[in-house]
Amino acid sequence: MSVDISQFHQVFFEESFEGLEIMETGLLDLEDGADLEAINTIFRAAHSIKGGSGTFGFSAIANFTHGMETLLDEMRSGRRKVARAEVDVLLSGVDCLRGMLAATRDNAPLDLDAVAATQRRLEALLQGASPQAGAAAPGPLAGNTGFRVRFAPEPHLFKTGNDPVRLLRELCALAPCAITVDVSKLPATAELDPETCYLSWDCVVEGEVSEPQIREIFEWVEADAEIVITPLAAPEAGAPAALTLAPPAVERRADDDRRQNEDRRQGDRRATAPANAPASSIRVDIEKVDALINMVGELVITQSMLSQFSQDEEITNLEKLREGLLQLERNTRELQERVMSIRMLPISFAFNRFPRLVRDLSAKLGKEVNLELNGETTELDKTVMEKIGDPLVHLVRNSLDHGVEMPEVRLAAGKPAAGTLTLDAYHEGGAIVIEITDDGAGLDTGRIQQKARERGLIGETETLTEEQACEMIFHAGFSTAEVVSDVSGRGVGMDVVRRNIKDLGGVVEVTTKQGEGSTFRIRLPLTLAILDGQLIRVGDQVYIVPLVSIIESLQVRPESVSSIGGARELYRLRDDYLPVVRLYEQFGIDSAAKDLEDGLLVVVEGDGRRIGLFVDELLGQQQVVIKSLQTNFRRVRGISGATILGDGRVAMILDIAGLITLCHGGASTGSARQVAIKVA
Amino acid sequence: MASILAVDDSASMRQMVAFTLKGAGYEVIEATDGQDALNKARAKKADVVLTDVNMPKMDGIALIRELRKLPQYKFTPMLLLTTESGDDKKAEGRAAGATGWLVKPFNPDQLLATLKKVLN
Amino acid sequence: MSLDVTPTNSGPRADGVAATAEQYLTFMLNGEEYGVDILRVQEIKGWESATDIPNTPAYIRGVINLRGTIVPVVDLRRRFDMANVEYTSTTVVIVLKVRADAVHERTMGFIVDAVSDVYNVTPEQLRSAPDFGIEVQVDYVKALATVDDKMVILLDIDQLIGADAAFGDAAIVPH
Repeated sequence: MSVDISQFHQVFFEESFEGLEIMETGLLDLEDGADLEAINTIFRAAHSIKGGSGTFGFSAIANFTHGMETLLDEMRSGRRKVARAEVDVLLSGVDCLRGMLAATRDNAPLDLDAVAATQRRLEALLQGASPQAGAAAPGPLAGNTGFRVRFAPEPHLFKTGNDPVRLLRELCALAPCAITVDVSKLPATAELDPETCYLSWDCVVEGEVSEPQIREIFEWVEADAEIVITPLAAPEAGAPAALTLAPPAVERRADDDRRQNEDRRQGDRRATAPANAPASSIRVDIEKVDALINMVGELVITQSMLSQFSQDEEITNLEKLREGLLQLERNTRELQERVMSIRMLPISFAFNRFPRLVRDLSAKLGKEVNLELNGETTELDKTVMEKIGDPLVHLVRNSLDHGVEMPEVRLAAGKPAAGTLTLDAYHEGGAIVIEITDDGAGLDTGRIQQKARERGLIGETETLTEEQACEMIFHAGFSTAEVVSDVSGRGVGMDVVRRNIKDLGGVVEVTTKQGEGSTFRIRLPLTLAILDGQLIRVGDQVYIVPLVSIIESLQVRPESVSSIGGARELYRLRDDYLPVVRLYEQFGIDSAAKDLEDGLLVVVEGDGRRIGLFVDELLGQQQVVIKSLQTNFRRVRGISGATILGDGRVAMILDIAGLITLCHGGASTGSARQVAIKVA
Repeated sequence: MASILAVDDSASMRQMVAFTLKGAGYEVIEATDGQDALNKARAKKADVVLTDVNMPKMDGIALIRELRKLPQYKFTPMLLLTTESGDDKKAEGRAAGATGWLVKPFNPDQLLATLKKVLN
Repeated sequence: MSLDVTPTNSGPRADGVAATAEQYLTFMLNGEEYGVDILRVQEIKGWESATDIPNTPAYIRGVINLRGTIVPVVDLRRRFDMANVEYTSTTVVIVLKVRADAVHERTMGFIVDAVSDVYNVTPEQLRSAPDFGIEVQVDYVKALATVDDKMVILLDIDQLIGADAAFGDAAIVPH
């Protein structure tokens, strides 16, 4: 029978990456004091990766992990102290393994030098500590004529679950066998204990067999039986002891290696196709699935209840029908929530990387930083989680680099030498809030203002309020780092962070107190699959505007409309001038209102810019399920997706940021920004 | 066909073992650690137990020790899945009542061949 | 597929089902009969209405809701620059699976005048398309088939959609 084991690779990679997370977290904890269970946990993770990679034919990974496992084994058995040097090497080992696993999964090239370097460090640590068990002497000559095997089990053999009959059967399968049973120890039937083994056997095996082959059969009972194997050709049977003691380890292992290599070659061939497209999968708590099944059960009941009404035309049942519909609505809502929750993962998946990152980065910067994580079990959508990772890393780096001061500065300011960085996560309404707080220097509004003037972002005489100064750091090209460091001060960053968060339908803001620290607060929707929408009508078409991007809606006052160059219309709203986008023009809809007074202006914001969208009228608000237009069609400019309305019709969801870019024609984005700042 | 209790905390190993065994026609009960296995073993008698050594909650050796205490598992073949470096583990396993072991890494054919050794 | 272009005088086979026969669903368009590989047909439904997709050519009538999936619909008359007609009760949408590339498949609807028939077509019945004489650009024609002395134009639907910039690149669907 042949089993294609490459089908388990995906699971192997997933669990190995999880194992690495566990190792990393565990190793970082070790620095605060080692306890045996912690080391055991790390050891187990390494052990599983080694076992799996060996089995699935990734011998380079298995070999590499073996070194780490050996080191961990010495630590857990107390033969080695847990010190910084060990943890450091093991952490770089974790990095190497991560690279090796990813490279193997993606069929990508690997930085062999880094692996070799870490391997050398590992070996240097291990050197002299654990001499490999002495290489066994070469096995005895293979007997061409056969062997005499004496097999005399200890009385307790049965208690290990071994059965002499099975062992002898195997021996017979190997070569023709003549077996004699020795019943001399058998007691009288009355005294016979059925759980004790009284028998022993003498077997003459003839034919082309080797001693290791025979020994392998009895391998499991070596300690529970007397096993004497004597070559038939040997003139004397007097020196069996030496033969009995030498385990045929060398042959067996070489044999295994050979087999393993063959497996790997086969495995590689098989694996090439699926390896390039890592399928995205999600592990779901069985309780969530059970809850879903329950919900579906209820739904079925409601459905059957409702279908009874279709046969019954009595109007008197109207009240019951209404009740049934209410129940259906409740079921549907609950089912929707539960299905959504399948995609929800605790934010610890995103937080996990920070202990390591903070440790490495603070060491590099010469700062002392304690990291606190709160609300790690707060759940959010898997896709949102994947996309928030990079912005979070950026913000944490930023806080370490620009927020937390050097120890001597902190001491001089009367603060403890070690700074504290806190990551909090919690739910608020239908959103998740993530806060990154440092107890560092806080934003220096004076310097921000000065910088903004230098960059021409504000006029020479303008002053910024604290709030405006905080906003300023999210502008492109704005960085207050005195020295451009390789940590975060590359001059790009905060604007990208904000854009990425906006793309997720979220917002980021910062509050600060000089000398006491800053807090970055990110607010994100829990899921990308559903959004709160405002339905609008343009001609005979209905569109959805994400509620989050709507600032206000207003009736147009003709005297507030002016135009630039005869083409672009601007609407004066209080002290701001908004470009007016006539949606019917943009989308080529004939049946719509053309006169601004006949419709409404919806003020929307995207990507930090505002426009006034001219529409016929506002309809209702509702939650809509976002459907992809790309699955069967393609991306459409100004449209982020589609949804299905209550009546079964399709409606397009507007991409506000895209529309704004479209209306600016990709040019003069700077001027819009300046307008916004001057009148803010 | 014989029923086999396969115990491993690693999902990929467990799936590989289970898939191989099911493909060969065995009935497979999967467990994710020693404690889980013990519960499942009590609920339904398995003909063979295949267990990893290093696992959270209860390791494979403790599992075998516990199972051997149960009358219905007194003579049941129990195999440890271990690594080549685990000579001391083999001795420990034997003392706990393990029937034998299978050295990791192994491939599906080796697994089936080993299993045949303990099944009648 | 390979075409046998040497003239033969064999009409449709008496038994109709040769081992190499392929089945085609045929439909009417401006009096002409067109065929598509029946294995690509997902379903046929009556025309209701579609939601416009902004800034797309007129022959893309919009998108419809096909049991929760958003499916674009193409008016084949307009696509082939034929005279526009009012949709009638026989007007149908044929929903087809269109290959975007080796991996991706798109579901699309095609508005036609009426569904006609299902034929078994053997290689002997096929002719390569001439460069002129039919209204459809020859690139989209897989072959011409003679069935019961009628001409049926077999469409290469992948080519029709794939070569059209209005449908963009092959959809790379996230997740």
